[in-house]
Amino acid sequence: MNTGPLVIIGASCAGVNMAIAARELGFEQRILLLGEEADLPYHRPPLSKAYLAGKVSEGGLALRPAALFSSLGIELLTETRVAAIDRSGKAVRTLAGEQIPYGRLALTTGCRPRTLSCPGATSENVLMLRTLADARRLRAAAATSAEIVIVGGGFIGLEVAASLAMSGASVTVVEVEQQLLAHSISRYASDALMHLHRARGVNLRLGVKVTEIESASDRARAVRLSDGSVLPCDLVIAGIGSIPNDELASAAGLLCRDGVMVDQFGNTSDPAISASGDCARHPNPFAGGRHIRLESVQNATDQARSAAASLVGKPEPYAKVPWFWSDQFDLKLQIAGLVPTSGTKVIRGELDSGRFSVFHFSAGRLVGVESLGRPTDHLFARRCLAQNLAIAPEILTDTSVDLLQAASAGRAAALAGTENHKPPKPELAPARTSLDQA
Amino acid sequence: MPKVTYVLSDGSSRVLDLPVGVSLMEGAINNAVPGILGDCGGSCACATCHLYIEGAQAGSLPPVSELEDDLLKGAAAERRPTSRLGCQVLVAPDLDGLTVIIPERQT
Repeated sequence: MNTGPLVIIGASCAGVNMAIAARELGFEQRILLLGEEADLPYHRPPLSKAYLAGKVSEGGLALRPAALFSSLGIELLTETRVAAIDRSGKAVRTLAGEQIPYGRLALTTGCRPRTLSCPGATSENVLMLRTLADARRLRAAAATSAEIVIVGGGFIGLEVAASLAMSGASVTVVEVEQQLLAHSISRYASDALMHLHRARGVNLRLGVKVTEIESASDRARAVRLSDGSVLPCDLVIAGIGSIPNDELASAAGLLCRDGVMVDQFGNTSDPAISASGDCARHPNPFAGGRHIRLESVQNATDQARSAAASLVGKPEPYAKVPWFWSDQFDLKLQIAGLVPTSGTKVIRGELDSGRFSVFHFSAGRLVGVESLGRPTDHLFARRCLAQNLAIAPEILTDTSVDLLQAASAGRAAALAGTENHKPPKPELAPARTSLDQA
Repeated sequence: MPKVTYVLSDGSSRVLDLPVGVSLMEGAINNAVPGILGDCGGSCACATCHLYIEGAQAGSLPPVSELEDDLLKGAAAERRPTSRLGCQVLVAPDLDGLTVIIPERQT
């Protein structure tokens, strides 16, 4: 195989996994892993969780030890920002002016946080969270702040709220929608999180917008809301979504549409260039083959491994079950598959207890499962989705049935047929709980 | 540093000197031992660092928490009495000489 060096732009979860997988799969050329940040590659998920809550130190964040990269012959270039991709010359040019030739190029550029645009948004104590450097700033600022306002009731906002509230800060979350995570999870899960945060002392302001951040001497003093109310604060944190870093690809003429467009093997419109992770819009079998972008550790690792397999000439379509988790206070929310906006829902467990799973069916097929404090349901769901098992809803509503044991004991037939996708029979489920035609 | 032997699914083994306090998952990941993924970074969320712990020291391990127990039920490979999640077992001086067996699959 004479492909020339593999150059990977982006040294986070997807980039690191791509590099290591390429070596494990026998890629023998040079591998250069280019990262913008000064820090060695690290785990991002703990930044908003254990790191911010002070439960893990920086030393515990490394994705891999530095020595491992060198032992695998992976050349890690930190603080290296790419200015442009020259596709005809097969080289990338860094901001410092260096030309780095490639045989194959991998884009694992991730995404960046959307910024607030209201007046006062650039005050020095208005922070965001994406990188370890951001997290350091945020942790230091939070330690000296009594009143913290978080703009955005999404995963980042809520995880940060929980971590800071656990450290004793007074925290308010402002969310423009009437519910938390309105576009990501079901109403059931959203309501449970709302109750959890309120019970733990987080002030939730739903259905209101931030109109202005009032500041003095470049420091935010208060946040003004669309209902006229004013929240005094000494720290503002924005978690209002993210934007894929597809500008390099776009400028190089690669097909982009809110993310770098790739096929099922991770290839962009240029066969010498792949993309994976947060920045890649890919056809996903769990979305009915639609092109979607997923911002998750699972997608970053699995898609990067898939792209590495294509690189070494062993292509396999990317078809891994999407999964995701979020830790808020002592609750673990896990999602397997994708949560549809409509369809049939079956609840397993008691809603009032805050520990339950929502199984989502679309056209009779299981498509996604949200689990709150029920990790066994989550793993069961991942197995069912991976093996394309059909599930009868009446089994799900009976919490005395050990789903995994049932599956492991070869009683899959009792749950459903494995080959044919028998549509579940909603009318057989107990009416009291759980069926809800959305 | 305590020595830990990882037996790979192909029957070969890797002997590592691991610092006290790292988890058996981290020990494997940090040294590119194949067959242990640790996709969630040790958050006890994914069950992809499943391993079997053999030998006398198995008895001196910390007990399995409820969360670990739940995750082990869902591990991709067969669960055995010796099953643990590598992220939940930290290397300690009395684990010197430990042998762990990596299952055939993690996903």
